[in-house]
Amino acid sequence: MGWRRGSRLSAAVGRARTVGMEGERPAAQPRSSGLPAGGAGGENLGAGVSHPGSSGSSVLLPAEVLDLDEDEDDLEVFSKDASLMDINSFSPMMPTSPLSMINQVKFEDEPDLKDLFITVDEPESHVTTIETFITYRIITKTTRGEFDSSEFEVRRRYQDFIWLKGKLEEAHPTLIIPPLPEKFIVKGMVERFNDDFIETRRKALHKFLNRIADHPTLTFNEDFKIFLTAQAWELSSHKKQGPGLLSRMGQTVRAVASSMRGVKSRPEEFMEMNSFIETFSQKINLIDKISQRIYKEERDYYDEMKEYGPVHILWSASEEDLVDTLKGVASCIDKCCKATEKQMAGLSETLLPVVHEYVLYSEILMGVMKRRDQIQAELDSKVEALSYKKADPDLLTEEIGKLEDKVECANNALKADWDRWKQNMQNDIKSAFTDMAEENIHYYEQCLATWESFLSSQTNLPLEETSEDKS
Amino acid sequence: MRLRRRIKSQRRAAAMEQSPPQDPGRQLQSAPLEPLGHPAAGLEAAVSEDAEDTRKEGPGDGTMTENNFSLKKIEISVSEAEKRTGRNAMNMQETYTAYLIETRSVENIDGQSVLTDSLWRRYSEFELLRNYLLVYYPHIVVPPLPEKRAEFVWHKLSADNMDPDFVERRRIGLENFLLRVSSHPILCRDKIFYLFLTQEGNWKETVNETGFQLKADSRLKALNATFRVKNPDKRFTDLKHYSDELQSIISHLLRVRARVADRLYGVYKVHGNYGRVFSEWSAIEKEMGDGLQSAGHHMDVYASSIDDILEDEEHYADQLKEYLFYTEALRAVCRKHELMQYDLEMAAQDLASKKQQCEELATGTVRTFSLKGMTTKLFGQETPEQREARIKVLEEQISEGEQYLKSKNLEGREFLKNAWADIERFKEQKNHDLKEALISYAVMQISMCKKGIQVWTNAKECFSKM
Repeated sequence: MGWRRGSRLSAAVGRARTVGMEGERPAAQPRSSGLPAGGAGGENLGAGVSHPGSSGSSVLLPAEVLDLDEDEDDLEVFSKDASLMDINSFSPMMPTSPLSMINQVKFEDEPDLKDLFITVDEPESHVTTIETFITYRIITKTTRGEFDSSEFEVRRRYQDFIWLKGKLEEAHPTLIIPPLPEKFIVKGMVERFNDDFIETRRKALHKFLNRIADHPTLTFNEDFKIFLTAQAWELSSHKKQGPGLLSRMGQTVRAVASSMRGVKSRPEEFMEMNSFIETFSQKINLIDKISQRIYKEERDYYDEMKEYGPVHILWSASEEDLVDTLKGVASCIDKCCKATEKQMAGLSETLLPVVHEYVLYSEILMGVMKRRDQIQAELDSKVEALSYKKADPDLLTEEIGKLEDKVECANNALKADWDRWKQNMQNDIKSAFTDMAEENIHYYEQCLATWESFLSSQTNLPLEETSEDKS
Repeated sequence: MRLRRRIKSQRRAAAMEQSPPQDPGRQLQSAPLEPLGHPAAGLEAAVSEDAEDTRKEGPGDGTMTENNFSLKKIEISVSEAEKRTGRNAMNMQETYTAYLIETRSVENIDGQSVLTDSLWRRYSEFELLRNYLLVYYPHIVVPPLPEKRAEFVWHKLSADNMDPDFVERRRIGLENFLLRVSSHPILCRDKIFYLFLTQEGNWKETVNETGFQLKADSRLKALNATFRVKNPDKRFTDLKHYSDELQSIISHLLRVRARVADRLYGVYKVHGNYGRVFSEWSAIEKEMGDGLQSAGHHMDVYASSIDDILEDEEHYADQLKEYLFYTEALRAVCRKHELMQYDLEMAAQDLASKKQQCEELATGTVRTFSLKGMTTKLFGQETPEQREARIKVLEEQISEGEQYLKSKNLEGREFLKNAWADIERFKEQKNHDLKEALISYAVMQISMCKKGIQVWTNAKECFSKM
């Protein structure tokens, strides 16, 4: 039996689950629910959840049946051969109770079924003789059986996040790994430890981990688990294991050489995908620039407005008859000023980080595309070699077989993840802009109320005042 | 547009003022304003009759009764502006803008207006008119002209005098000036003003013939008086301080407002970029495409809405600017008072010293140092006859001086009374106008907020449909 079947399963996550699902293993569906390939599973999932009996029975089914849990057992045995196949991303431990299996159901759209909650907070500065750096506290709460405990608290620094991302990319070259916040912000702050910078970074890191937790495949990644749970020394020793820098370097060299070939033989659907990515990247970058610019202009406007109200107060000191009116105007202007401040805060909390994240995502997408092309190129070069009969044909054929599997896995993984990513992107963009519109509406409503109340106080004055004026 | 409406109501009030024969303005007319007498004074008296004649309609009797509300109202408008070229005083080609002034008389009974006069004037002629009024009505707070050059500009507004927006705002300002003058109970009767509205050719010569430039107080003299006057009327000193404060505060406010307008413009316009990018993005999106596209349209609407908003605000700024320039007119009245007071003080001082000299001569005591005294000591006493002669001269001078002082005193008091009356009138006008302006500002803000709510509600709907 062995790894061949397993590898197909691990790569074509969605499809395998679909196959497995048809009538058989409802419990297998939950994890595939995030992938559109498991679309049918969506309905079945419901069925699966409501039949605890059947999910309970999944544990007992024979190994021949293609099911998630059993394959986990199989896969667990295999070594992590980074060069030939996707690293096993299934959790090695089996759920032991029906309840915990139900809890393994993870839906993007049903947060109440989430079983992994992560928060990133409390940035702290650490000073050593060599360097100064910031760590963030990461709290994980989970009901998953494979975790030793239900609550973990660790401290991680930015480098650790980079390591995690690297491992995830290694394990899943054609999955869309969420972006990390940038190392530095080029323009603006020079100082690394500016408060705003740290807060922005913290929020982005929080987003990063939660996106991984929500990802149907990545959430079960072993390195991810270690990242969330291991103590500092455990993590450093773990980091030292695994394929080193050199082997990754080797891959890169090969990659550069073969990437062009991969592009030429790219299937149609990926051509479309690439074209989308290019345009999207362009547009989202523009939107990012526009949004940042709006924020800046609003900030400048706010700064000038702050001076505007007080001028009216100053004036009221020399006008006996206009004191109320002038003070009223001043107060309205000040209130609108505060409303502007609030609106700006809303903008920087809802729209700006989302748009910026997708700017980073667009770069990641291009990277993913490249890696897919590289994998394809490897296959193509071997096929070409076979046609030229340069080396031992049998060996080549075997290698080609492996590579074909690899390409198929990579393509399927990407396709599934792509659809998922697009759906998320649409939702995120939609809610970010809707929130922004809501903030603006709220801002104008506040200002309107202020001015209307001032106006009514000025024009509802008793008639004796108006008759004094020669109007 | 707003200015016009406001002024119309004022004019109506002013027109009402004109009708009753007990008009205080008319009484002021008879008081001598200028001790030297001037040809226009006679004209003024004539003007009031002439004006009444031309304005009154009906059976042609020149009398006015209290209940005769068939008094014609005149409506003045500066309806057009036109670029012209001509030769200036130095015979060089120049471009200038000419403004069309139309005067209509309105029958109170049936409310129809008939165009009675229509002529073109340029800005320099307005200036000439105003300078004339300043000289002949020093006790009046003469309405200001709109600015000669654009000030307090923010980036979008051009500082160019030929810019159509500037010309348009100036047209409104000039109309406002004429309306202010015509609704002033005293100024409206001035013959030169009347001719400004009716006599196209030769008007400049007519004004210059009054010789008003010669009668203007020299600036140096006025400055000197301001520094050396000892007992100016406290009300005027306070008024001077007030007008300085008002000038400073309104300038500050206008500057800040211009900066705020600039920034607001920036915020709105950048949103326009969303429109373009959304539209481009929508091309690659299947589900989101429509929502993006229509949201983008609303972003364009939002971005372009700022132009009208700031245009309205510019009119508000012009209303404030008028009062900024009014402060100069206030100061002019104060200066006149200080000058008169100084002359008075000088005359009194001169008289006092002459009296003392006389006394000394008569009693033989020399208390004050005088050249005569010194020469007397050096070269011997003068003869009694010489002394008698000198005393006689001095007594004559003293008598003249006392007359002079008396008339100056009277003049001063008249001036104070008349000027203060006009200042009170001005204060009420100012309070009313500024309050209205501030309220109109609130109305503008409300309109801006409502537009904003509408646009963003529409945009939100588009976003939520994505």
